[in-house]
Amino acid sequence: MSETKFQSLKDLPTSHLLGAGTAMCAGCGGLEALHGIYDILGEKTVFINAAGCMSLLSVYPFTPFRGSWLYTAMASAPAGAQGVRDALDILLEKERIGPEDDLQTVVLTGDGSAYGMGLSATSAAIERGLDFIYICYDNEGYGNTGHQYSGATPHGARTATSKGPRGFGGHKKDLFAIWAAHRPSYVATVVGSEPLDLARKIEKAGELKGPRLIIVLAPCPTGWDYDPMETVEIGKLAVKTGVWPLKEYVDGKVAHTRVPRKRLPVEDYLKKQGRFAHLFDPHFQEEVVKEIQGRVDAYWEEFDG
Amino acid sequence: MSRMLLTGNGAAAWGMRLAEVDYLPAFPITPQTEIIETVAKWIDKDEIDCRMVTLESEHSMITAAGAAAATGVRVFTATSSQGLLYGMEMLYTVAGWRAPFVLVNVSRGLSSPITLEPDHNDILAARDSGFLQIHCATCQEVLDSILLAYRLAEDERVRLPVIVNLDGFYLSFTREPVDIPELAAVSRFLPPFDPENIRFKASEPVSQAVAVLGGGPYSYFRYQSHLAALNAASIFDDIGSEFGRIFGRTYEAVEAYRAADAELVFVMMGSFATKAKDAVDRLREAGQAVGLVRPRLLRPFPAAAFRQVLAGKKGAAVIDQNLSAGAGGILHGELTAALYGRPNAPNILAGFIGGLGGRDIGPEEFFEMAAVTRKAVDEGRTPPPRLLYTEGELREVRTLQKIAGIT
Ligand SMILES: Cc1ncc(C[n+]2csc(CCOP(=O)(O)OP(=O)(O)O)c2C)c(N)n1
Ligand code: SF4
Ligand SMILES: [Mg+2]
Repeated sequence: MSETKFQSLKDLPTSHLLGAGTAMCAGCGGLEALHGIYDILGEKTVFINAAGCMSLLSVYPFTPFRGSWLYTAMASAPAGAQGVRDALDILLEKERIGPEDDLQTVVLTGDGSAYGMGLSATSAAIERGLDFIYICYDNEGYGNTGHQYSGATPHGARTATSKGPRGFGGHKKDLFAIWAAHRPSYVATVVGSEPLDLARKIEKAGELKGPRLIIVLAPCPTGWDYDPMETVEIGKLAVKTGVWPLKEYVDGKVAHTRVPRKRLPVEDYLKKQGRFAHLFDPHFQEEVVKEIQGRVDAYWEEFDG
Repeated sequence: MSRMLLTGNGAAAWGMRLAEVDYLPAFPITPQTEIIETVAKWIDKDEIDCRMVTLESEHSMITAAGAAAATGVRVFTATSSQGLLYGMEMLYTVAGWRAPFVLVNVSRGLSSPITLEPDHNDILAARDSGFLQIHCATCQEVLDSILLAYRLAEDERVRLPVIVNLDGFYLSFTREPVDIPELAAVSRFLPPFDPENIRFKASEPVSQAVAVLGGGPYSYFRYQSHLAALNAASIFDDIGSEFGRIFGRTYEAVEAYRAADAELVFVMMGSFATKAKDAVDRLREAGQAVGLVRPRLLRPFPAAAFRQVLAGKKGAAVIDQNLSAGAGGILHGELTAALYGRPNAPNILAGFIGGLGGRDIGPEEFFEMAAVTRKAVDEGRTPPPRLLYTEGELREVRTLQKIAGIT
């Protein structure tokens, strides 16, 4: 694989390929990341989408994509990618289209789809070695339906279906590990507020073949309850507190692309978001915050060895 | 042309082979599996140039089928009962994509209780999905219908996916002599798929299946599909005759057997209609002017053809191999809607439910249904839907209940 084109922030594209004026909320962290991703993958792509916020990117007769798009359903975007990829391969083999008309098949779904309903379709697509890129924008809940908790919701978060004093009682599923256990070509975590790291990973994914899967932490002002202008800051804090490890899986090994040596306390991240406000007000729920901190510490201890 | 002894499933595989299908997304289910196994064997032996992929579910299978068709290749797939329902969300979805491909459904009763034997509740659950439906009664018809289905699906005035339905066991596993047309003749009838503007390619980016806001655009696209489905009715007539000119077997949307001079007719779909044909012959021998009317095309609903063949009949016994719980037979309701208030329509449409889960319909039952219908005609009153069941069958169930300790 070639050396990265993206040595520093000034190597990043200065204008965006993805059009503006979509129905996404102001400050949408998923859209922020998608801009960065699309700039690198480019227009020779077909985005295969599952039900979620991003389904409203392309609303008849408008689309912000210069390339192609296919909306499927909540559970089966990876199967849609299978059909498109196979058909493109057939058309190429039978010389009904030329190589210049080939497309990168890119699945775009939320966490609800990726962590839950679409997981078996994804698992099977990886096991079949499908040549595709999967982008999961993880806003940690069923955003489009009003932000109910999903398999990606973190412990303690208030959602439309976890409004009790302790928030969500479950724990975020480790999708990275689940995907990596399938031994695909590539798995990575990214966040829009770390654009250089994101660009390098998308660049790498774009150069590889086979199943390549990306989980994007997608700060969501609407579902996480914070001021849209804080999206970048919250994304950065997710990394600095160690809540969102930036890492990649390639050739059977997991490597961190950023190790926050001096991790900030998780409170710095939690306090910024209304969805965790009940942990601090009317009284400090020390044991819940400790539990969250404990899990983050345990994660990094395991990797620090 | 050669002649072979083929099962209904074998005939389905041959239909797909002659259509020179590019892509087959698959998933096993009894009684359909023989189709995909047959194709897999041909692929392994390099006898056909088709790519086959086994998906992890029918939901994914139908998604992949629709997506590949929307990219511009010729697609075939097959399923049955639980599989068809598991993929139901995607049936509606890919029909809305206007992705032309052919799906064979091998009818099988739906759970619960779970069974392997046929009836039509599975295929009728897909009635409103936007797929067109062709129903077969013989193995020959299965093969031929697949070729007709591709012509219909790919016609630029239609562009909708088509389901070809055959009954599990009775047709899927029954061997009949089948004429296998020459590939060259088939290519004349069914030229290679020209996807025109159906495709994904870099030089011509396109957004397919995008969201709409509001009922206006939503209704627009739904109406478009409906109008396209309606177009398919006259196109089916045309290609059915063209097929006859090339292959010597003409297909009409509604088959009429000894119906022209009949006073009463049975109306039935699928392979059980061959039982009705046999009963018609016996009733004729007994001096009764009875015929059979069988829709091949169920979507679009061949209302005009029905009106024509049923004009002047005194009554019809509509035998539904399905049950809409709390209502009755589905074909009965559809036919009533097509005939109500029409001049020359039969006065009486008597509804019967039979053949659920593969339950046989015996000759004496056809005689009884004819008698019930005749009586209704004489009295001028439509009877309530009848559920076919014999005392013997009830006794059998009672015996089973006794064994199970249920009193
Ligand atoms: C089969 C099915 N069930 C439920 C829904 C309703 N639904 C639409 S979007 C959505 C939430 C999806 O969540 P996620 O994948 O996280 O995407 P987000 O909305 O957060 O962008 C749900 C539940 C649906 N479209 N399809
Ligand atoms: S709800 Fe959240 S994820 Fe969805 S568009 Fe708004 S900010 Fe983005
Ligand atoms: Mg979500």
